[in-house]
Amino acid sequence: MRGGAARRGIWNQKKMDAMIEISDLTKTFTLHNQGGAVIEVMRDAALSVAPGECVGLVGASGAGKSTLMRMIYGNYLAASGRIIVGDVDVATAAPREILDLRRETLGYVSQFLRVVPRVPTLDVVAEPLLALGVPEAEAQARAADLLARLNIPRTLWGLSPTTFSGGEQQRVNIARGFAHDYPALLLDEPTASLDARNRAVVLDLILAAKARGAAIVGIFHDTEARDRVCDRIIDVARFTPGMAA
Amino acid sequence: MTPLLQVKGLTKTYGRHIGCRDVSFDLFPGEVMGIVGESGSGKSTLLNSMAGHLVPDAGQVIFDTRDAGPRDTRAMSEPERRMLSRTDWAFVHQHARDGLRMGVSAGGNVGERLMAVGARNYGAIRASAVDWLDRVEIRADRVDDRPTTFSGGMQQRLQIARNLVTGPRLVFMDEPTGGLDVSVQARLLDLLRGLVRDMGLSAIIVTHDLAVVRLLADRLMVMKDGDVVETGLTDQVLDDPQHGYTQLLVSSVLQV
Repeated sequence: MRGGAARRGIWNQKKMDAMIEISDLTKTFTLHNQGGAVIEVMRDAALSVAPGECVGLVGASGAGKSTLMRMIYGNYLAASGRIIVGDVDVATAAPREILDLRRETLGYVSQFLRVVPRVPTLDVVAEPLLALGVPEAEAQARAADLLARLNIPRTLWGLSPTTFSGGEQQRVNIARGFAHDYPALLLDEPTASLDARNRAVVLDLILAAKARGAAIVGIFHDTEARDRVCDRIIDVARFTPGMAA
Repeated sequence: MTPLLQVKGLTKTYGRHIGCRDVSFDLFPGEVMGIVGESGSGKSTLLNSMAGHLVPDAGQVIFDTRDAGPRDTRAMSEPERRMLSRTDWAFVHQHARDGLRMGVSAGGNVGERLMAVGARNYGAIRASAVDWLDRVEIRADRVDDRPTTFSGGMQQRLQIARNLVTGPRLVFMDEPTGGLDVSVQARLLDLLRGLVRDMGLSAIIVTHDLAVVRLLADRLMVMKDGDVVETGLTDQVLDDPQHGYTQLLVSSVLQV
């Protein structure tokens, strides 16, 4: 473990309690097939999220909201800096550590549902639980409960979600993301393209996750939703080189 | 945790031509690693050198054996290595014909591997064969049919059943979904994912299909001209490739 609790000092006490803590984070893209151009998209990003807290990322399109989320998930590689989630530094962790983190600690509801074709919706939603060793019957019961709450008709549960409408796919993705009680959650536009009824269900799921102590980072273009669930707003423009407010 | 497999400095040349050069990595229990690269990149050479089908020029392939812990398989005797390849290791060929005995029934193909490790009770062997054929979705009434009467997808599933019946801990796969219809591929991917999860298998999968590795592999290794040019989490390598060749590879695919 880097640093160690003893060396962090008392003034850092609050930060020690953070579930997600990002500091000095920098991101560059090197385009080898376009003359080796190096594009710096993020500089000195810092963010701390406590258990039970929801932080909303805002900023113009292209400011780096999704980039930051993807870096926290280990999907984009950091150029430098630290991304501590639980007790893992995602910026330097081995793939195996990140896989464990994703299985147990860090959930991610992306905007896209990516599944093996042909797998029934119920199994898609239950999969994160099966990966944790939860018995199949229990995992399926939890999946069924979430699908019912998100108003996915029972007649669709046995079908692959690949043929579903955009809104249905999104709700399947949300059910999958909430199947396990992750201590940390990343939500990328979870209420986009949902009707009022399903939007309310998703907001309740987010509030319940906060109540049980999940640390959440989210992108919400829907300002009403953002106001209901977010405790703080961070404008990522201040991390964007050349875009600083 | 002890890695299930440690590959160190593995090199294989064909005369002056390089097959794969100085490849090193660790594979942990339950991990699935994909190896991608275009034809001639050395990925199949690497796979076959690890699995003992080719004799490497240099390097070690250290496997965590059940009895004696980590051992260099290159230093094992031939009978030991053969036993390993029948018990804890499995190899799924791209062409099912290379991994099946075409003149023997489906049940025989599965039962044969059990007999090779000492099973003798006919009833138990047959029951186990039927159970495995069921797991790979081959109906019990096809047990006595030869694989020559099976479709390509069924043959591939039979090959997988034959390989997994002895409960291996490490499976090598060479383009396991190559040459199959897209719908059959999806079915096979689903099957493989379930088996990996339920049996805690580790697997190394060689393929040129980036969509297949995204769905199946935890980690990815990218090869070019015999060298490993990039490694990492599968989605990270595909979504944020660092090496110029990987960037080219990813951007050349219509949709991953």
